[in-house]
Amino acid sequence: MSKERKIKVLCCKPGLDGHDRGVKVLARALRDAGMEVIYTGIHQTPDDIVNTVIQEDPDAVMLSMLSGSHNAICPIIMDKLKEHGIDDVLVAVGGIIPDEDKTFLESHGLKGFYGPGTDLKTIVDFVKNNLKR
Amino acid sequence: MEYSNLISQLLKGHPRAAARLITFVENDIEAAEEIVNSIYEHTGNAYILGITGAPGTGKSTFISTLIKIYVEQGKKIGIICVDPTSPLTGGALLGDRIRMKQLFSIDNVFIRSMANRGQLGGLARATEDVIKILDAYGCDIVIVETVGVGQSEVDIFKSAHTVVVLLVPGLGDDIQAIKSGIMEITDIFVVNKMDLPGADKKIAEIQQMLEFKKNYKYDSKEISEKFAKIEQWTPEITKVNSKIGENFDELLGLIKKHKSFLEESGVISNYLKNRITNETIQILKYKLTEKVEELLNSDKEIGKYIDQAIKKSLDPYSMANLIIKMLGLEK
Ligand code: B12
Ligand SMILES: Nc1nc2c(ncn2[C@@H]2O[C@H](COP(=O)(O)OP(=O)(O)OP(=O)(O)O)[C@@H](O)[C@H]2O)c(=O)[nH]1
Ligand SMILES: [Mg+2]
Repeated sequence: MSKERKIKVLCCKPGLDGHDRGVKVLARALRDAGMEVIYTGIHQTPDDIVNTVIQEDPDAVMLSMLSGSHNAICPIIMDKLKEHGIDDVLVAVGGIIPDEDKTFLESHGLKGFYGPGTDLKTIVDFVKNNLKR
Repeated sequence: MEYSNLISQLLKGHPRAAARLITFVENDIEAAEEIVNSIYEHTGNAYILGITGAPGTGKSTFISTLIKIYVEQGKKIGIICVDPTSPLTGGALLGDRIRMKQLFSIDNVFIRSMANRGQLGGLARATEDVIKILDAYGCDIVIVETVGVGQSEVDIFKSAHTVVVLLVPGLGDDIQAIKSGIMEITDIFVVNKMDLPGADKKIAEIQQMLEFKKNYKYDSKEISEKFAKIEQWTPEITKVNSKIGENFDELLGLIKKHKSFLEESGVISNYLKNRITNETIQILKYKLTEKVEELLNSDKEIGKYIDQAIKKSLDPYSMANLIIKMLGLEK
């Protein structure tokens, strides 16, 4: 009772992408799996996201991107996190991520890449198994 | 000491240190003990503002507007948003930040979401500790958004200098809710969404309710001393539109007025006494419950008592007394 570690996850929509159905489904699934989930809404800039990560101290960040701008935005977020010395947070991206972009995103430290139709249990397990702390 | 590095960074105003420490006090009461012990002497400077009201009355939007104004005044603000934990899954969806989206500089504004983790009363177990961390971090004002209230989520009044309750035009359900506990702890009633029809009617309803309370008051010296902070203050009422920041001048004036009242009447010492007493009782409850649970799970003697209770040769009160004896707490 005195120690109750909860997995805390930040779910967000970077950039001008308005497809928010997936991220809401995701947020609910992670909550139902017993996690504390922060949802910040659409149109988040990299600075918004990094500020939120600093303040909320989540264990994982889920970037949901269906707009095709992942290669441009994700590396900026990763660089800014690094600038702040944040290296113990799982950062995942998913949505519409073409296979050919995965290696590039992986080289920036991103994980996940799940797309349409992914079973929610797969994503919950992915989060649980890839936490860095 | 395990946290000393983070604490010295906290006192220098590093946001990430504040965030890490908050995580520790949330997850582990022993960590909370160590951390609060080290930072306590650096607390007591922040003004604590409690914002409560039924779900959807606009608490987060209202706070967002307040932040904007206080930041313009050069203040450093901490915000704690408490949301409910699902009793079934233990998970929580924390969505208050959606309404606080403007990019405030991280140097001036620190927002933290908290799940209440099953605690009744509208706050989380660790909320008091988080207030202290933000206080030591250098916040001039700490704003706490409670879980959307029903009738008994009144714990905020034990922690906050000023309690603001939000209502909205129409419905009337919220008036029902505040008739009980919430009404008694409110310093300022705010009818939010004044752009919707019925705001003045809602103000009249609140006024009526307060009149009734004043006219049919049971005078008790004991109550008026213990709760001087509430008893000596006549609640104020105002209306705002949080979406566009309308009428916030008046609201800020009322908050100031309440602050001056606390200081000039001397009631502030009464508030501090109650706050510290309540907090200590909470901690004791927590610690004793833990000790008792430990005992119940490990001690063979108690297993025997429970068997006796099942057979009706020992009642629960007598069993509780025996446990008090085992804990060495007998008077
Ligand atoms: C519904 C939809 C819309 C709706 C969105 C409604 C809403 N509020 O969400 C509307 C009609 C508004 C819309 C508009 C547009 N859309 Co649209 N839309 C779709 C569609 C058909 C389904 C998306 C959806 O809701 N899926 C259901 C949810 C539950 O699934 P999901 O989001 O994929 O999420 C799952 C997984 O991907 C994963 N996941 C998601 N995020 C993350 C994150 C992490 C970390 C992890 C691990 C997993 C994960 O988990 C979820 C559960 O399995 C897709 C096509 C498709 N099949 O995906 C196109 C699609 C995304 N849209 C597309 C486009 C182009 C547009 C528009 C630009 C069209 C236009 N020209 O106007 C606009 C842009 C709107 C905007 N402001 O951004 C393209 C994007 C192309 C690209 N990226 O290269 C797609 C792929 C269609 C296509 N094949 O061309 N769209
Ligand atoms: N018309 C109008 N709408 C408002 C006003 N203030 C807030 N709202 C809207 O009311 C809805 C709820 O606002 P929130 O700020 O999320 O309310 P809340 O009380 O924090 O909600 P919970 O945290 O879920 O209990 C949103 O759609 C807001 O845009 C206002 O002054 N006028
Ligand atoms: Mg809210």
